[in-house]
Amino acid sequence: MSRKVRIAQLTCGSEYSGVQKEIYEAAEAVGAEMFFPDIALADVERAVKTFGLDVKSADLKLMIARGMALVEGKVEADGVFIGTCFRCAEAAIVRNELRRYIPENSKLPVVSYSFTERTTSGTLLTRMEALTTIARRRALLAREEQTGITMGVDSGSSTTKAVVMKDNQIVGTGWHPTTEVIKSAESAIADALAMAGLTREDIQAIGTTGYGRFLIGKHLGADLIQEELTVNSKGAVYLAGHQRGSATVIDIGGMDNKAISVIDGIPGTFTMGGICAGASGRFLEMTAKRLGVDITELGPLAMKGMGKNVSMNSYCIVFGTQSLVNALAAGSSREDVAAAACHSVAEQVFEQQLQEVDIKEPVIMVGGTSLIEGLVYAMGQLLQTEIVVPPYSQYIGAVGSALLASGFVQGE
Amino acid sequence: MAKVFIYPATSLILSDLVARFGHKPLGAALGIRERIQTAGVDSPPLQITPEEPKRGLKYAAVEVPSGVRGRMAIYGPLIEEAEAAVIVTDADLAFGCMGCARTDELILFSLRQKGMPILELKYPTTEEEGVQFVAAIKKFLAGLPNGGEA
Repeated sequence: MSRKVRIAQLTCGSEYSGVQKEIYEAAEAVGAEMFFPDIALADVERAVKTFGLDVKSADLKLMIARGMALVEGKVEADGVFIGTCFRCAEAAIVRNELRRYIPENSKLPVVSYSFTERTTSGTLLTRMEALTTIARRRALLAREEQTGITMGVDSGSSTTKAVVMKDNQIVGTGWHPTTEVIKSAESAIADALAMAGLTREDIQAIGTTGYGRFLIGKHLGADLIQEELTVNSKGAVYLAGHQRGSATVIDIGGMDNKAISVIDGIPGTFTMGGICAGASGRFLEMTAKRLGVDITELGPLAMKGMGKNVSMNSYCIVFGTQSLVNALAAGSSREDVAAAACHSVAEQVFEQQLQEVDIKEPVIMVGGTSLIEGLVYAMGQLLQTEIVVPPYSQYIGAVGSALLASGFVQGE
Repeated sequence: MAKVFIYPATSLILSDLVARFGHKPLGAALGIRERIQTAGVDSPPLQITPEEPKRGLKYAAVEVPSGVRGRMAIYGPLIEEAEAAVIVTDADLAFGCMGCARTDELILFSLRQKGMPILELKYPTTEEEGVQFVAAIKKFLAGLPNGGEA
């Protein structure tokens, strides 16, 4: 059995919030173990002074001292988990600065999270899985070329995608709404294989990702079952032809959003938001439905409108939709309403998630929502950069899975 | 014998002083360690569950961070029970410290709100101040109901 991945825990309030057990469980589930970097009490004040952030809370001082010990190599770790209480401003400052400081000064992968007493191990699982993958599978993630015949399946919350790749080319794709998880996957796979002119027997390795990755992975006997953070990063830089250097990947999903700062195809820091549906693809689906257009028509419609003509006072999916309905009732054009909805989602992701990762160009948007050009435009306006949407961007998870799965092709 | 809340609640020295003068110290029974191998400097010796932050709602509203409410679930009942308090501010970490500054503010406010006898002292930095520090605590404790000589 391989060595457990050791994740250094830098937190304030986790034990008093009652979530320490959840952190341990999430780590255990992905073959990792949490530990608290051993620090001498006498060193804490000195470290805080050196770091230069004068905070009041002793546990935040301890976090800083522990972060510095990791960077200075006094304590060894494979990854770092930084967590503080949700709604604590002092802690948020320390969390952000450490989240920036550690990757800038070391090679340690970092994930940060703000918890409440309601945080469960399930919420933390994908983040912990990504952290351990980066630490444990650097060699696998270094793969830049697909070889043999492989298939990737992305079982997402809204849609299931399948991709067949052969000799570094995408030769088949399939897409189905996720209804019954296995049935949807089978349908997407059948379409992808038919398009490729291949049969299941021709496939040399399979990778799965997305919410249904474990179920689909077991059903298909997958070689690789992998969370979407690392898979999407890999797929994004592969499709964008930017496998070396820095990049930022944004994936606004049906249920949650990912913002990933990538270096050489490997996630450095990342955030995953899933609390509010108002910032998700689901809101855009609801908007399209209310406007009486197909989701594929929402983007072009938004491009013809002016978002600022419509007042959106809430990020909540319910009140946000109500704002749109009110705007239509007051005579706003469908184009303006579509543009406002796109701007609202982009702005929320920008304000709540993109502040947590260092935006480095190119910014690559992936996932089904990257095909909504109004959303891509709104994000580009907010970030003041030209957003890259690579070909097959809606199949990103499946492409990343197929690419990484080729590491399992016999003889590789 | 009076029930005396001590701040920092983890201070063994304060706890010992209060007990020596015949009173019951109310604080966190935690040893100050040279090395910290727990999540925080004042990590609880008990297994806190997500229920504690909910119980803490009695002392702090839902928008207050869960860590503050979890701590208040421990310290709030002790403050309610307290008949007096000794508060030492700006204490050295080794003297005893609390992990969360926001909780500290709420604890100190709650203690002051009770209208009970409170002694507030700055942590001494010289030997002379140290002597005055202990003498002041001794005088305060001796003046509490049923206090005894050490």
